[in-house]
Amino acid sequence: MYQFNYLRPKSLDEAKKLYENNGDAKFLAGGQTLIPTLKQRLAQPTALIDIGGIAGLAGIKVAGGAIVIGAGTRHNDVAISADVKKSIPALAHLASHIGDPAVRHMGTLGGSIANNDPAADYPSAVLALGADIKTTSRTIKADDFFTGMFETALDEGEIVTEVSFPIPEKAAYMKFPNPASRYAMVGVFVAKTKGGVRVAVTGAASCVYRESAMEAALAKAFTPDAVANIKVSPGNLNSDLHGSAEYRAHLVTVMAKRAVAAAT
Amino acid sequence: MTAPIVGAAIRRKEDFRFVTGNGHYTDDINRPGQAYAYFLRSPHAHAKIKSLNVEAARSAKGVVGVLTGKDLAADKIGGLICGWTIHSKDGSPMKAGAHPALAVDTVRYVGDHIAVVIADSPALARDAAEKIEVDYDLLPAVTTPDKAQGSDAPQLHAEAPRNTVYQWELGNKKETDAAFKSPAHVVKLKLTNNRLIPNAMEPRAAIGEYDQGTGAYTLYVTSQNPHVARLVMSAFIGIAPEHKLRVVAPDVGGGFGSKIFIYAEEVVCTWASKKVGRPVKWTAERSESFLSDAHGRDHVTEAEMALDAQGKMLGFRIKTIANMGAYLSTFASSVPTYLYGTLLSGQYALPAVYVEVDAVYTNTAPVDAYRGAGRPEATYLVERIVEEAARQLKMDPAELRRKNFVRTFPHQTPVIMNYDAGDYEASLDEALKLIDYKGFPARKVEAQKRGKLRGLGFSTYIEACGLAPSAAVGSLGAGVGLWESAEVRVTPTGQVEVFTGAHSHGQGHETTFAQLVAGRFGIPLENVEIIHGDTNSVQFGMGTYGSRTAVGMTALVKALEKVEAKAKRIAAHVLEASAADIVLENGEFKVAGTDRKLAFHELALNAYTGHKFPTHEIEPGLKESAFWDPLNFTFPAGCHICEVEIDPETGVTKIVAFVAVDDFGKVINPMIVEGQVHGGVAQGIGQAMLEHGVYDPESGQLLTGSYMDYTMPRADDLPSYKVGLTETPCPSNPLGMKGCGEAGAIASPPAVINAVTDAIGIKEFEMPATPERVWRAINSTKHKSAAE
Ligand SMILES: Cc1cc2nc3c(=O)[nH]c(=O)nc-3n(C[C@H](O)[C@H](O)[C@H](O)COP(=O)(O)OP(=O)(O)OC[C@H]3O[C@@H](n4cnc5c(N)ncnc54)[C@H](O)[C@@H]3O)c2cc1C
Repeated sequence: MYQFNYLRPKSLDEAKKLYENNGDAKFLAGGQTLIPTLKQRLAQPTALIDIGGIAGLAGIKVAGGAIVIGAGTRHNDVAISADVKKSIPALAHLASHIGDPAVRHMGTLGGSIANNDPAADYPSAVLALGADIKTTSRTIKADDFFTGMFETALDEGEIVTEVSFPIPEKAAYMKFPNPASRYAMVGVFVAKTKGGVRVAVTGAASCVYRESAMEAALAKAFTPDAVANIKVSPGNLNSDLHGSAEYRAHLVTVMAKRAVAAAT
Repeated sequence: MTAPIVGAAIRRKEDFRFVTGNGHYTDDINRPGQAYAYFLRSPHAHAKIKSLNVEAARSAKGVVGVLTGKDLAADKIGGLICGWTIHSKDGSPMKAGAHPALAVDTVRYVGDHIAVVIADSPALARDAAEKIEVDYDLLPAVTTPDKAQGSDAPQLHAEAPRNTVYQWELGNKKETDAAFKSPAHVVKLKLTNNRLIPNAMEPRAAIGEYDQGTGAYTLYVTSQNPHVARLVMSAFIGIAPEHKLRVVAPDVGGGFGSKIFIYAEEVVCTWASKKVGRPVKWTAERSESFLSDAHGRDHVTEAEMALDAQGKMLGFRIKTIANMGAYLSTFASSVPTYLYGTLLSGQYALPAVYVEVDAVYTNTAPVDAYRGAGRPEATYLVERIVEEAARQLKMDPAELRRKNFVRTFPHQTPVIMNYDAGDYEASLDEALKLIDYKGFPARKVEAQKRGKLRGLGFSTYIEACGLAPSAAVGSLGAGVGLWESAEVRVTPTGQVEVFTGAHSHGQGHETTFAQLVAGRFGIPLENVEIIHGDTNSVQFGMGTYGSRTAVGMTALVKALEKVEAKAKRIAAHVLEASAADIVLENGEFKVAGTDRKLAFHELALNAYTGHKFPTHEIEPGLKESAFWDPLNFTFPAGCHICEVEIDPETGVTKIVAFVAVDDFGKVINPMIVEGQVHGGVAQGIGQAMLEHGVYDPESGQLLTGSYMDYTMPRADDLPSYKVGLTETPCPSNPLGMKGCGEAGAIASPPAVINAVTDAIGIKEFEMPATPERVWRAINSTKHKSAAE
């Protein structure tokens, strides 16, 4: 780690000001991505602005047909929330499979989606459920939020404050973990929503994306068979030690099929 | 009478300390005024160093010294050594390149040491290291053993043309060739033994300290064998004479072989402590452990076995290329030779075996002994080809093995070993029972109904521990003897201190050694202290590796015998009887057939007061030592059976049952033995299913340099094991023990892979059985049957 200043604002306004006045500052949430990066000296921020002390940033509520989760909410709190389990069990299930207990007790929803790791789990839920991402300056639609590998629509200094997940009719998340890291090698989130069927895939490509052919097929018949024979092209998929593009493409179909079968 | 303490499943004395965080590891030690070392490592797999400029680092904040290979050379500090000289077929000694602790003009693997920066804090040392300017001339790299000898491969060391360290052979070539003249069956197999990265929970660490007053150095280090470290650093590297160098290996959190070796970091920290005038501490970060701990295995092999029409094995011919990495680590040369070739007869009465091994340099981390060391490689090969033979001959794999087992002992194999005792059928039968072999076909059908592929695989293994008589290993090129020592000190108030040359880093010596003492003297276990790991307090010892504690325990038994003999002579005087009439029973010295007796602590006090015996005839005090040189290897053997279920859609393989039946001879503590089996099998399953150290073949970068990519086994990757023991006492030591620390890692990989290939119905398959590999293997059989 290089040296940095540690700042802990009490409000979003204060956080914003600190960000503007501190050169190359970074927000710190659960630290589960940022701290390892710093330890390896892969980043050298002048200041860390810990948003963990800001009142109201963490919490889960049910409002207007949606589950609204504060950006500072820990993965574990989503996993065990009675409200989430009742309304969107797939989301609680997803959160319960992120990393290990230590990671789940520190890592946050806001940190996960702001970071937009191509193998992270949450982005698939945000995209498949058509969630709204509320920030310090606006509301961003899920379809506009994830713009590329580790890239989002967030502007400099913009803080995610909460994510509103519309409650679907049915949904399920099927994760095929990377054997080493246990991040998603392929994760498929399938949701039957008022606005139609949405299928979001994480882990397979450089950024979470929607499988439109599957969505079209499931709109006609929401059954495992509807997607079982849809072949995904490996063309744009990731290849690494643990899974070639071809294998990942195959897994997208298998995980989608299993997610449809499991959807509740 | 209470139950005998030797053989009892007593909880480990040391565990309370460890699980309550009160262990005392090298990194827990802090010396007054200590500074911190950071090693600048090569980011390249192979390069010439055109220039190295450390001036800016020297003047950076908090820096107390920056040292390079030139400084080492100027102080006449020698390079790291390989302590076992292997000779090639043509009689020439192995061709070893220099192995400087800090590179002089060439770096040969990613992680190779270039310079050390010593500063007031680890962060300042690292900051300063970023100011070092190195100008590299990049060279091409070679990383795999099969490519290393190619005419277009880059050369690592001028001393070793075609990167070949030695071309070794063992066995009866003529008989073996004859066996292949016209056998009914020949079974061929090509396989790779995957590279493993040890990953001890405690990373390596070292603190060097120089005392200006006495002119003596102390090194605190994560070592499995502190005396050997002192000897090598003194006699070969030239840090200081032995009496001016103390090596302390305190609690050590896992070794698995990787902490046997003498590494650059500990040499440099010790040497540098005098140069900078402060203690110098270094603790590896996990990424450094991945890069620079000696790795394990990494062989490629082609083999063939000849059998007659009835399945009797006639001959076995093997050609192996073993990857040594960029330099020869401390015992690297012995692993693919005398620890490997000698076990290629397996449990079988094979009349003819011939093996050739080429050892090669590549631009990768040095490869050396890792839990099992050579024997896993032998077992993996033998047990896979035997299973394949059964399939080719359409015989039951258990029956083919049974047909070929060695049944009379001693048994001389064609590859040096003389098996002294064993009952291979007993462990096979017990394992068949535990796995419910008869029920397997029904389980397979039931799995099929659920869309799953079920398979079962065997491994009837043998290994060798101890190791061997010192004269024997000496004649094969070893630079050391392989005896072990013990000293027993009885205190005046009747407790016992045992000084052992063995080192405990997970084996539970503090309990099992104490059991031997408590069992013999009838004193409470709490009254026995086992002391190890400090060259200042313990007599010379060889340390712990190769499941060799039977040697250390025999040394202890010999020392206990001497203590008992002397105690009886003293007791005879005190009790006014003849020494021949004194018996030791339940902690009391008695005059046989009378009620005259002395409690153990009363005898001890008498020994030290010297009031009641003639001290000119019998010296006062009660302290004896013994050195024990083994008479032979010991030969643990047994049968492991693995049952897997595969999801053909994803290739995910689950171990649904795992049976380990082992013959370790006499067992001192069955709970500790079971724990060793569990740990060993977990490591073996790790190799078979999960772990793989991979270098990029072009750049030579380590692709599996963290847990993001290197798959360490986790609890949920592993099944609940069923373990059993059979027992043929070892005739070559008085306790009848063999050794259990490595058997699990040796036996299990072929059982797992044989189960996987059985489930899929395929011959060629390489570890680790990752989901994608299994999925591809399944698809390849589908394409084949579609084409047929
Ligand atoms: C061992 C391990 C295993 C893991 N396994 C998984 C896994 O299986 N699946 C998975 O999805 N993830 C996994 N993770 C990542 C984990 O989920 C992290 O919690 C997550 O990636 C980042 O969240 P955080 O709160 O820790 O953010 P931090 O690390 O604190 O921050 C990450 C980035 O987001 C920014 N940021 C944080 N909060 C906000 C906000 N509210 N608004 C704007 N920007 C913000 C920070 O500035 C920083 O750039 C794992 C992590 C570890 C260490």
